[in-house]
Amino acid sequence: MNTKVNICGVEFKNPVMTASGTFGSGREYSEFVDLNRLGGVVVKGVADKPWKGNDAPRIAEVYGGMLNSVGLQNPGVDYFIKEDIPFLRQYDTNIIVNVCGHSIEEYVNVVKRLRGEDVDMLELNISCPNVSEGGMAFGTDCTMIENVVSAVKKEADKPLIVKLSPNVTDITETAKAAVSGGADALSLINTLTGMKIDIYKRKPVLSRKIGGMSGPAVKPVALRMVYQVCKCVDVPVIGLGGISTAEDAIEFIMAGAAGIAIGTANFFNPTATVNVIEGIEKFMLEHGINDLSEIRGIID
Amino acid sequence: MKSVETAKVISSRNITANIYDLVLECPKIASEAVPGQFVEVYTGRSDLLLARPISICEILGNRLRLVYQVVGKGTEIFSKLGLGDELRILGPCGNGYKLNKEKSALLVGGGIGIPPLLETAKQLGGKVTVVLAARTKDLLVLEDEFAKLGAKVYTATDDGSVGFKGNAVELLRQEDLKADVIYSCGPKIMLKFLTEYAIEKNMECQVSMEERMACGIGACVGCVVKIKNGDDWEHKKVCKDGPVFEGREVVWE
Repeated sequence: MNTKVNICGVEFKNPVMTASGTFGSGREYSEFVDLNRLGGVVVKGVADKPWKGNDAPRIAEVYGGMLNSVGLQNPGVDYFIKEDIPFLRQYDTNIIVNVCGHSIEEYVNVVKRLRGEDVDMLELNISCPNVSEGGMAFGTDCTMIENVVSAVKKEADKPLIVKLSPNVTDITETAKAAVSGGADALSLINTLTGMKIDIYKRKPVLSRKIGGMSGPAVKPVALRMVYQVCKCVDVPVIGLGGISTAEDAIEFIMAGAAGIAIGTANFFNPTATVNVIEGIEKFMLEHGINDLSEIRGIID
Repeated sequence: MKSVETAKVISSRNITANIYDLVLECPKIASEAVPGQFVEVYTGRSDLLLARPISICEILGNRLRLVYQVVGKGTEIFSKLGLGDELRILGPCGNGYKLNKEKSALLVGGGIGIPPLLETAKQLGGKVTVVLAARTKDLLVLEDEFAKLGAKVYTATDDGSVGFKGNAVELLRQEDLKADVIYSCGPKIMLKFLTEYAIEKNMECQVSMEERMACGIGACVGCVVKIKNGDDWEHKKVCKDGPVFEGREVVWE
């Protein structure tokens, strides 16, 4: 039985990764799971300088999921290189760096700074809904997407994944724009914009009013978008959005995903990543599947 | 070391108003816990996914005692648990109080911030001064248990239904209470004024903070408070860097 997958020349021992912003750089979850088991760790967004993020409250629970408005708080790329790469390199797993910025220049700065560093892939975050500049502002306009992706691709010395926003009318258009800008792979979906109001206080729960929704409730939307994108681009697709179990993950693989990522499920089940890996293996064994390519993209 | 454990309910009872007392058998987490830490309690419901952070009231061998208030659907589920029921918990989370037995201690709890001070009082040796404050008599809990430990207990309620009429800090001023170190937990506004009082009287002031959180272990970066950093400030995580901070370091708003 072979759970290995190859994405843009990078070998993964299994298709299971972590979704950026839900797993830090792995330290916190290393108390609960053996990071050696994971296909890859997609780290929390890294910017060229430290970002303070948004005011609290940043979290709201909603039916079957949650809203967040963290605003990409991070200690910056220099800290990441000094502290997080050596930590993650103790483990046999791929390191995928989520890159964020307020402007094309800032995205490019991060990617330049990471040149020659011991990481496996880059993931361009043009889909965070919780920052006023950059993030989703770049990821919902096809011309902007093509511009930022091509500027970053020129400077990148690692395969470039572009993470897409679901907050668009037609995900296949933004997916194609990212690919024509030079994306080596795509990941989707980032969070769906959402809101919650405290009716007793008569005000929004989140300090920034609107946040990004994630969790099991968004899975059908994510799966539909992954399916549509897999049908219209030739690059590998990493599927995420509400995946909590092996069954969820297998749905995304059948829809065409080369890899999958676990996000919010980590919060309510700290061992979710390993549970999904073991569940995929069990499914393969029970159904006589020798290689995931036998089921990948089998849905017409 | 934190772990996820399936805890058995040893007892669950309503103390007063909407405040409940839950004793759980959870040997792994109990053996690691220190005063001021908390546990993340999962509801087991797919519509209420996030764990509820609840402070540790007492550490009793391989058991933990949690005294919590029903404030929503999650805590309402916990209130209906009975002997032998099981629930999943994660912990112990965060850093507890920095206990110093050599120094005189003043414990100040407001509302549902009172419970974590019980284990704190116990581990400080019991003979401490305790100020318990709440909106009204029904919400002022555990007074007799602090007294049993040998603590000198002062109480205050906003409506004067028991003890001093007013808030905790007004009581501190009236009684001119002082010590080397304040250990506190309660509403943000109380902690803010308490810190001002501590600065005036030149006391150390450890405050335990609360904020909405998702993971409880520092990964989601949801539960932040502003902490001074030189001339500037930074967002620190309540669940991992706290919940206990030095009051002087907090940027109070």
